[in-house]
Amino acid sequence: MSSEYLIEVEDLKQYFPIKTGFFKTTPLKAVDGVTFQIKPGETLGLVGESGCGKTTVGRSILRLYEPTSGTVKYNGEVITDKNMAEHRKNMQMVFQDPYSSLNPRMTVEDIIGEPLDVHKLYSNRKERREKILGLMELVGLNAEHATRYAHEFSGGQRQRIGIARALAVNPKFIVCDEAVSALDVSIQAQVINMFEDLQEKLGVAYLFIAHDLLVVRHISTRIAVMYLGKVVEIGDADEVYDHPIHPYTESLLSAVPIPDPIIAKKSQRIVLSGDVPSPMNMPTGCAFRTRCRYATDKCAEVCPSLADKGNGHMVACHNR
Amino acid sequence: MAEQMEKNSLKKNVLSAQIDLSKFNFDESSFEKATEEEKRQQDVMSESTTFFKDGMKKLMRNPLAVASIIVLVLILGVIIVAPHVVPYSYSQIISVNGKRDKTAKNLKPFEYSENELKYMEEGGKVFPHIMGTDSQCRDYFIRVVYGTRVSLSVGLFASILVLIIGLLYGSISGYLGGKVDLIMMRVVDIIYSLPDMLVIILLSVVLNETLKPLLEGTILQKLGVNMISLFIVYGLLYWVGMARLVRGQILTIKNNEYVLAAKATGAKGGRIIMKHIIPNCISVIIISTALQIPSAIFTESYLSFIGLGVQAPMPSLGSLANTAREGLQSYPYKLIFPAVVICLIVLSLNLLGDGLRDAFDPKLKK
Repeated sequence: MSSEYLIEVEDLKQYFPIKTGFFKTTPLKAVDGVTFQIKPGETLGLVGESGCGKTTVGRSILRLYEPTSGTVKYNGEVITDKNMAEHRKNMQMVFQDPYSSLNPRMTVEDIIGEPLDVHKLYSNRKERREKILGLMELVGLNAEHATRYAHEFSGGQRQRIGIARALAVNPKFIVCDEAVSALDVSIQAQVINMFEDLQEKLGVAYLFIAHDLLVVRHISTRIAVMYLGKVVEIGDADEVYDHPIHPYTESLLSAVPIPDPIIAKKSQRIVLSGDVPSPMNMPTGCAFRTRCRYATDKCAEVCPSLADKGNGHMVACHNR
Repeated sequence: MAEQMEKNSLKKNVLSAQIDLSKFNFDESSFEKATEEEKRQQDVMSESTTFFKDGMKKLMRNPLAVASIIVLVLILGVIIVAPHVVPYSYSQIISVNGKRDKTAKNLKPFEYSENELKYMEEGGKVFPHIMGTDSQCRDYFIRVVYGTRVSLSVGLFASILVLIIGLLYGSISGYLGGKVDLIMMRVVDIIYSLPDMLVIILLSVVLNETLKPLLEGTILQKLGVNMISLFIVYGLLYWVGMARLVRGQILTIKNNEYVLAAKATGAKGGRIIMKHIIPNCISVIIISTALQIPSAIFTESYLSFIGLGVQAPMPSLGSLANTAREGLQSYPYKLIFPAVVICLIVLSLNLLGDGLRDAFDPKLKK
């Protein structure tokens, strides 16, 4: 069974039980019914404010958390606990913090070699070493770095090690969980260019989670905007950036700093009032209605679902 | 020209940190090409130091730790070499010229018996009794050496036993977490609350009877049933501290992102514990094992002292001290020798453990 899409996420829900009383637990709805698809070799950018469930989506797809409900399909095949062990070869992850995501007691060679060890992808020591050196060259590390420990490297180099580790099993899909957020701007540019080069060379698809909107626009083919565990808008990158429809996306994009002060003075910033509601106590209907300028009575009753506004640009809003 | 320069300097903001390049005269000769060696020096990173090397360096800078290493090495050297050099045995009466010497009773250090003096006058050679002899005409030095051998090996093996049980139990409890952790830790709490000395005495009495027929005819019999039961008792009671320590360490380490990364690559629980979690808390474990050895030696000495330790004629430091108690008024040195050795071992192991903790604990970094 094969399909047009590499990854299909359908109605993915991830609730965490939180103890609120002695015997009572309340579910924290970190991800609440997320649906999207990723084609082979495509990059889907996932944006949203802190705590909206971006990282949880990435981790649930890779089954680092057991999803509460919903399915994830790889190449049309539903992923279960049983076949996930096999699929870990196809789906990998690059982590946000290059400082804590590398084991301080392992050499670079062992860190990159770990996926090879786990999946037994070599027949002898020599082949293992050759593969590791090949990966290091691919991400721009010198062969002499192989015997060093992670703490001896700079942030950018560490992130390269993390990327080499993800590439070791030759995956078709990589979740980049804020992979450039912890790096300074010049290193960010290097790493992003490397991501693009690797996509060209190896044809991998990315789920690129970030909160730097300009970075996401640069790298993504399509973009999904999340708010409180739900996808509120999804579409082609330029389409979403140039013609945002959902009021949340509008305000999010208006917050992007503009490098030209003359244009910046003219542009109007949409400031949201109030705070993000607690995901343990969500508003009825549309989650965004408490802060929305267009909110009507209908918003409090019916939760809007994603509707196509043309060109595959899907928006979840009653009023736009 | 001068006017123009004045104009330039006027344009510049007074507070600007920009260097006015017009004040310098640059030409071709101002710059030198970097040599190949200089280029290479730029590439070389600082020397690779591992966590272990760094810790050892710090340990060697601690005078107390170095002194205790020296003392321990000396004691180890003596107990390994002495039995091959000294012609006496720990269990046999001293014999002179092939005859048992009944006059060599309760000699003072470096004193010779009547028979020995006679033999030396005839031209024979007698090895001096460095620590004198005991009431049964046995050389006391060799008995202290064997006693130290027994005590040290008890300490070492008992700590290794504690290490293995505690490490396994603690890592499983900490890694699985949740309800498993809850139940496993309540078991630890119960064992922790038992009065340990009382349990040790009761258990060694019971185990003595049950183990005796089992050990008949094996090498272990020579060591004595008491010793084996001591290991078992020690292993049963003292692993709880280690298990708690390991669990606590694992709880903090397992939330690190590199453990999550290992899970994402598909690593199983056993591999994650062995490759990621244990190496990151090994320093704490080594230190606590080093501190466990003196405690085991102390327990052994205590048990031997009250008569539940090694089987006679095999000496241990505790049983030597116990025998010395009887003639304490006339021969006080017989208590002093084993007591000093116990003190030296326990003190130096404690100091070494402290030194290891200071050297390897990253939180204590200056």
